Amino acid sequence: MAFEIKNPGLATTVQDQGRTGYYNVGIPQSGSMDQYSAELGNGLVGNRPGDAVLECTYLGPVLVTDAEAVIAITGAPVEVKVNGEAKPQWTRLHLAAGDELSFGVIQGGTRYYIAVQGGIDVPEVLGSRSTYTLGGIGGLNGRKLEAGDLVPVGSARGDLPSVETLPESFRPSFAKEQSVRIVLGLYDHRLTDAGKDNLLNGEWKVTPVADRMGLRYSGPGVEWKEREQPFGAGSDPSNIVDAGYAVGSIQIPGGTQPIILHRDAVSGGGYAMVATVISADMDLVARAAPGTVTTFVAVSQDEAIVARKERAEQKSKAWESLGAKP
Amino acid sequence: MTTPSTALSSNSVRSEARYTWGGDEFLFVEVDESMSLAANFKVMSIARKLADAELSGVVDICPANASLLVRFNPDILPPSTLESTVRKIELELRNHDEQSLETRIIEVPVWYDDPFTAEVAQRFREGFHQEPGGTDLDYAAKVNGLKDAAEFIRRHHEQPWLVSMVGFVAGLPFLFQLVERDKQLQVPKYLSPRTDTPKLTVGHGGCFAAIYSVRGAGGYQMFGVAAAPIYDPAQSLADFKDFMVFFRPGDIVKFKPVTEDEYNAIQAQVEDGSYRYRQVPVTFDAGRALSDPQAYNQELMEALNGI
Repeated sequence: MAFEIKNPGLATTVQDQGRTGYYNVGIPQSGSMDQYSAELGNGLVGNRPGDAVLECTYLGPVLVTDAEAVIAITGAPVEVKVNGEAKPQWTRLHLAAGDELSFGVIQGGTRYYIAVQGGIDVPEVLGSRSTYTLGGIGGLNGRKLEAGDLVPVGSARGDLPSVETLPESFRPSFAKEQSVRIVLGLYDHRLTDAGKDNLLNGEWKVTPVADRMGLRYSGPGVEWKEREQPFGAGSDPSNIVDAGYAVGSIQIPGGTQPIILHRDAVSGGGYAMVATVISADMDLVARAAPGTVTTFVAVSQDEAIVARKERAEQKSKAWESLGAKP
Repeated sequence: MTTPSTALSSNSVRSEARYTWGGDEFLFVEVDESMSLAANFKVMSIARKLADAELSGVVDICPANASLLVRFNPDILPPSTLESTVRKIELELRNHDEQSLETRIIEVPVWYDDPFTAEVAQRFREGFHQEPGGTDLDYAAKVNGLKDAAEFIRRHHEQPWLVSMVGFVAGLPFLFQLVERDKQLQVPKYLSPRTDTPKLTVGHGGCFAAIYSVRGAGGYQMFGVAAAPIYDPAQSLADFKDFMVFFRPGDIVKFKPVTEDEYNAIQAQVEDGSYRYRQVPVTFDAGRALSDPQAYNQELMEALNGI
């Protein structure tokens, strides 16, 4: 079976949990930006956590299914419509052949997910179905969806879970304020004390320059220590000899606007990174819409690992609440 | 004969690397703050030995110019175990410095001063470039104290380059020329990055050359276009049979200037699927490259004549 794309929306791509092992040649992990929402969508329709979904950005697609389908819409709050009739999110929906799925205006956040029983069944590339548009690999022909595309859907491989709606308490919030935990490090020693103070005590706002590669923030800026630049590093004090970029790392080109690299990160470059968002908070960052007021809270690596475990436990409990197993 | 103190400037790397963390999933090992062949060689050696150790929980090993990024899964591999493993490798290398690398030398045809990069450069002058009235090549010649663009081009392809890092975007090589530090070509990046760069642009920023594997944003000065693909997701050409990315860290590249006609002939071969890079396996000896680069480069490049 397949979904026929009548209107592709702004930037709709096939994503899963992403590919690792190729960052050393510049191929980023990709995968759903908000992993939690994508994964629980899969949970609602009886899939495995790693099955592929459609990631919709602000404006979702209009699509028609050519066969019966079981779907769930998770992630950012948005009006969901089946043949024009409003339907709930975070709930299993049954579509009949010929039904049309469409969306209203997004009410917060940036991305929502269409999970379908059987998963989106495009071929795996380097171990993943995720689309990396810049490199033209994965997903449907390595690109975002276009009108007229037929998106293949796989066959159901298991039973649907007993519960059809994810309880409110397990749904993420899409607030206009965020507190994001970071571990200082990498090149934070290159910041002045005042610069570090601005990073941790300043208020930063997500700018419209935000995509799957990274999010740019405006705010008070930071100061770099003056120095004689090392050979090959470039002339600005925020420059380093081109190095690998950690996913989630924060770079501040010229000291003005921090950029958090996300799942389609460029794998390296010549800007000093000063901290890294902890793995447990990467979904949170992915949910930030332009204008979201953000504070960065420094934690230790040990605390980051505790938070990582808590997130995994929280996710397990969410799966259990559906009567499903991840 | 060049004396060791001036050869490629730094035969010595900072004695101990700096270890720092990128959150809970990344270890960053800064071998040196400055770029040098010695630093890059040490990075590659650590990366290779870490890969050989097959440590469970290591996700990605990314050697860069003078540093190494390792992604790991802390649920499987505690950060302290990873750090002590890499530190042990570093210590072993201090005692038994690896000097040779089994690699290959590849001839990369380039159409210098081409119309594609010229057209894009024209669109990004005022506010982007240091000398909006001139060309990237003229500017590069000037800041390097060379007579003209032709002289810069000659210096660019005369001596070979080492792929010191692959990344930024899929398959993009950073290249470091195998010459003494005082002979390195250095050019500042654009004042502000362009939103467009032609595919296969041969660019330059700082002391590094790069070949843009895909079209997109970029801040490097633009000198020409490579005639054949370096990234082929469809894997249609023979050189991409095993993997869609052509370059690997440690590859040695000899740029070869080609005319418009030669460029078009290569394009035709790419189209019909028959194009192959001229390349030959070589053993790269860092010690010799450091002590007498010109003579050693000559020997490396002669390997290409034998095929």
